[in-house]
Amino acid sequence: MADDTRKVAFICSKGDLDMAYPALVMGWAALGNGIDVTMFFTFWGLDIVRKLRQPHLEIAPVANTSMKMSMMGVNTGNLGIPNIFGVLPGMTAFATKLMKDKMAALDVPPVGEYLQMLVDGGAKLYACKMSVDMFGLKKEDFVDGVLDIVTAGDFMDMTEGAQIIFI
Amino acid sequence: MATRTIAGKTVQVNDEGFMTNPSEWTKEMAVDLAKEEGISELTPAHWKVIEFCRQDGTTSGKAPTLRRITTAAGVSTKEMFALFPKGPAKKVAKIAGLGKPEGCV
Repeated sequence: MADDTRKVAFICSKGDLDMAYPALVMGWAALGNGIDVTMFFTFWGLDIVRKLRQPHLEIAPVANTSMKMSMMGVNTGNLGIPNIFGVLPGMTAFATKLMKDKMAALDVPPVGEYLQMLVDGGAKLYACKMSVDMFGLKKEDFVDGVLDIVTAGDFMDMTEGAQIIFI
Repeated sequence: MATRTIAGKTVQVNDEGFMTNPSEWTKEMAVDLAKEEGISELTPAHWKVIEFCRQDGTTSGKAPTLRRITTAAGVSTKEMFALFPKGPAKKVAKIAGLGKPEGCV
């Protein structure tokens, strides 16, 4: 029997906190619509599935032109957080906490819990072999939901007919 | 607004087939709606979720999202996907005579 289920595949290449959420939110929405979900983690995106790194994803205010002071609740319009302040020790931690608090206020789960929801919903997770080799990692370094370490070619084979979204 | 007949009664539905007036819903309709969604038999586990959604939907005025169901009804995500495969929150909302659940989590 031909399987006509719609398929979506996400390639997650970034490990910043703000770059982890788009795949999680869209993947969750896809599962909620009966769409088959595959996620491929490559380069810095591996941090999203690494046990050591997953709870510590961050967002840096330096060179982030979208991060404005008004995010902190001050009515400063388009005034940015000056890069010169962004380099001060603790600024990345501060920006990260700000974003995590804002997410929590919307009842958005932390990355680890969110990813587990996707796994429980049937999303299939894979780590990119080349990146895994480059960072000197092993299968044990990844959270349980990661099914395997595969090559880019394997990924192309397993996502035949899928819509691919690169993040 | 379209109407259709479910379990012998005529009810209001929107263009996606969700009932628009939850008070028109009956348990008999749930059985028929479930069959349309590919669930041939509603078990007590299904009913537990349907009843939670009915209650939550009546209180809040909107169909609960999947995360709302898993956190408030004590049914795991895995179990939800097993009971109502391929889009659990949407399916249960349709079966329970509620609107389409909205929200990104």
